[in-house]
Amino acid sequence: MSTQDDKAEAVSGEAVESCKTCKDDGSGGVVFLFFIIGLMISLVFGWVVFPKILYSGKKQPFDFNHVVHNEVVDDGCESCHFFRDDGTYAGVPKLAQCVDCHEEVQGETEDEAIFVRDYVSKNREVPWLIYSKQPDCVFFSHVAHVKTAGMDCVTCHGDIGESTSLKVYEKNIITGYSRDIWGKNMIGLKKNTYDRMKMDDCAECHVKEGVKQSSVQTKKGACFVCHK
Amino acid sequence: MKIDRRSFLSLGIGAGAGIALTPLPWKLADDSSIWTQMWPWTPVPARGEATYVNSACSLCPGSCGISVRKIDERAVKIEGMEGHPVNDGGVCPIGIAGLQLLYGQTRVKTPLKRVGKRGEGKWQKISWDEAISEVSSNLAELRKSGNPQSLACISGSGRYGTVSGLFQRFMTAFGSPNFMSVPSFVDGYSMALKQMHGIDSIPGFDFENSDFILSFGSGIIDGWGAPVRMFKANANMKGKIVQIEPRLSNTAAKADKWIPIKPGTEAALALGLAHVIIKKSLYNKDFISKHSFGFDDMTGTDGKKVKGFKSLVMEKYTPASVARITDTSAEMIEELAVSFAKASSPLAVCGRGKGTAQGSLDEYIAVHALNALLGRVNTKGGVWAVEQPNYISWPYPDMDKIAEKGFASARIDGAGTDEFPLAGQLAHRFVNAVADAGRKEIPVEALLIEGANPLHQFSDTKAVKKAFSKIKFIASFSSYMDDSAQFADIILPNHCYLERYEDIPAPAGLQKPVIGISRPVVAPKYNTLHSGDAIIRIAKALGDKIESSFSWDSYEACLQATFREAWSKLDSVGFLINQKYGAPGWDQFETESKLFEFISSADGAKTGRDKDEIVNIADIEGKGDKKYNLTLISYDSIRLASGSVGNTPFMIKAVADTILKENDIFVEINPKTAKDAGVKEGAKAVLTTPKGSANVRVHLFEGIVPGVIAMPRGLGHTGDDKYLSGKGVNVHDLIGPVEDPASGLDAAWGIRAKLAKA
Repeated sequence: MSTQDDKAEAVSGEAVESCKTCKDDGSGGVVFLFFIIGLMISLVFGWVVFPKILYSGKKQPFDFNHVVHNEVVDDGCESCHFFRDDGTYAGVPKLAQCVDCHEEVQGETEDEAIFVRDYVSKNREVPWLIYSKQPDCVFFSHVAHVKTAGMDCVTCHGDIGESTSLKVYEKNIITGYSRDIWGKNMIGLKKNTYDRMKMDDCAECHVKEGVKQSSVQTKKGACFVCHK
Repeated sequence: MKIDRRSFLSLGIGAGAGIALTPLPWKLADDSSIWTQMWPWTPVPARGEATYVNSACSLCPGSCGISVRKIDERAVKIEGMEGHPVNDGGVCPIGIAGLQLLYGQTRVKTPLKRVGKRGEGKWQKISWDEAISEVSSNLAELRKSGNPQSLACISGSGRYGTVSGLFQRFMTAFGSPNFMSVPSFVDGYSMALKQMHGIDSIPGFDFENSDFILSFGSGIIDGWGAPVRMFKANANMKGKIVQIEPRLSNTAAKADKWIPIKPGTEAALALGLAHVIIKKSLYNKDFISKHSFGFDDMTGTDGKKVKGFKSLVMEKYTPASVARITDTSAEMIEELAVSFAKASSPLAVCGRGKGTAQGSLDEYIAVHALNALLGRVNTKGGVWAVEQPNYISWPYPDMDKIAEKGFASARIDGAGTDEFPLAGQLAHRFVNAVADAGRKEIPVEALLIEGANPLHQFSDTKAVKKAFSKIKFIASFSSYMDDSAQFADIILPNHCYLERYEDIPAPAGLQKPVIGISRPVVAPKYNTLHSGDAIIRIAKALGDKIESSFSWDSYEACLQATFREAWSKLDSVGFLINQKYGAPGWDQFETESKLFEFISSADGAKTGRDKDEIVNIADIEGKGDKKYNLTLISYDSIRLASGSVGNTPFMIKAVADTILKENDIFVEINPKTAKDAGVKEGAKAVLTTPKGSANVRVHLFEGIVPGVIAMPRGLGHTGDDKYLSGKGVNVHDLIGPVEDPASGLDAAWGIRAKLAKA
């Protein structure tokens, strides 16, 4: 045979030799230790550090108490978050709605003072950060869900109506959206319907509620139901 | 224990395995995919409460009612106003794209004073106080030197409205007769009505009640008259539409019949049809015998026999001779005449393309005579002489001696003089008078340009530029950095049409008197000022009696005072209409004979016409010059705005690539003509006319008569934004005016040309 084969044999012989030595000096343990160290570091980074980097906490312009407001209105959520005559949804109230009661400072909280001083008296809209804001590519109609399907606000928004203060807005530094869309839980586990508001959650509910799965290609809900 | 390379590999593997067990990769993948859809330049519709503001569109003479949808304070869509007498809910391409004029890149955001050379584009931002005093001090000089008549004004705002009215009033009080509006077919048609009906009026066409439209080149669905109304009339047409023109326009393609004729011979064809109608005795005997003058031969006051319309037509316009003139057939003429005359409600219309050229008086007379022959004037389904809007009843301006003297001097364009007694304005003569003047005798020292873009809109732009460069001081009131604003010395930017009040009277071609109102849809975005306010402030700054002629505090005050008690209705409804207004009838002629006059009864009427000729149409430029073997005509498209504003970015996207490809303009020629010229589809060529030459590309088109080249109007801008500037060629660079011998109007419909391979 050729000399090449001989060489190959010699090399593999050496390898066997060196492997024997490594077993002998116990470096297998070191390798394993390093594996564990690597594993631990990345687990800590992925679970603890990464969420802290990904989400930057942003405070609302000032605090707001849903409970207090709920007590003084007659019509529940729809008193402030109402539907316009043409069926469009007003969303977060405009300053004009608040001014009816808040032309003068009500109560003694610091937040109320900020509101009247910085916004009401200057006639500036409050730049509220909206936890439930979906990406621009999503078309969502409140009237179809609330009026036609008769869904409750809580199903998607949770019990925000019972909150006495606004939580920190955790802004995703890549997408700019609130953490509420993906959900507080990093692996996306959810207990309640309102814990997460990703596309799969919409689809899941659509299937459950018998919305026509009209796509010819996927046999599921058609893309254009939400992505116009 | 030994740490070696394998230890670190192991660390890496461990880290990798660990990461895979965290949410990090999956979360990053998801976020990245969302991020890719978050480009900051992706337009996102505004959210908020939708409201509508009713207004009127002033982008063309159609004067449609519009309803602008707003989300909060942002205008997001322009729709047609439901129930409006012009467009009833419809809207045209430039109308719907109008938001790009409001929010686009072409706005002039603050008053600007030129600091570089003219047209160089170097400007200095100035305040409104500085701008007003700059203009007034320049104008005051003219009065000081006793030459107020050397101020001229070109206005593009709706005629008969308060904005053009204020500018006209300013000119009068200042002491200059040299006010003119942008040319239109209405100039020529009104002149024909003045001569034949004896009244100052505007033409109205009752399309909706006609069952046979015979169109002499009018672009019924190419933007003629009020475009949306015409689209609707065309769609609802129960009868027939016959289109006569040398090119298969959209109107011709949608018509029941297209008659391609030799360009410029429409008047002859009209008289050929009249010949057949008279010969076969199909004319309206009641109208002819009781309500018309000059049909039959008559004896003049000097005892000489004067030929009537009938004799002239019967002698000169036999079907055979007309067929020769027009390149059609005698049989077709006979057949068309009979079917037209036998329709229950026929209507002939004229004014080529969008009707933005003045045209020849004799052509209007020929077509109007054809209508009259069948009794189709001032009657249901016919053409009406509609009263001119006359709601402005301001007291005549105070004039001092300087103003009186200046105002009494002859107009630079010769309109209203003994030479052209019927003409109101002759823009091309104005341009030539300035362009051809020697250095020491330039008749115009200052020019105000309001709502118009003469450096693009007027024919023979080279002459216009030459004229403008001789004028010492040019002030533009344009909202946009258009071709003419670029060439001004100072720009006093008007609010955009969606930011201002303005009355919009007399929609083009409409048979009912309608006054629309443009209302501010949004608050002015920039440091602009309503041109009405600007001229009032200039007048006040000039002092003397000019100031006392402008007693209003603001344009809005002037507007409200003008309409008095009708204002609140106009402002809330969006338009005023006289619903009772009907066909004026056959007793509404104010000529000397009190009849409809085929031939003028006024002795010594100066019409510039040989008494034995009915039509005398000027030859186009270059005729007889053997160098030019082809004829260039311009054509209009509803997708090409060609008024004072050009195409918006959206509209440029809608222009077919057989018209414009990147920056190249295509001219249409017949494959036969192309073969003779040795050019193929898409070939680059040089088009030369007596006025200039341009690089074009060739589009072969069976729908155009051989020997004719057609070029679209509305391209070749130098101003405005990158979406419009430098695209294609302005056909007005290549076609110059031709003076109509009878009226002085610009009768050009084309020019002789040649095409050579590039």
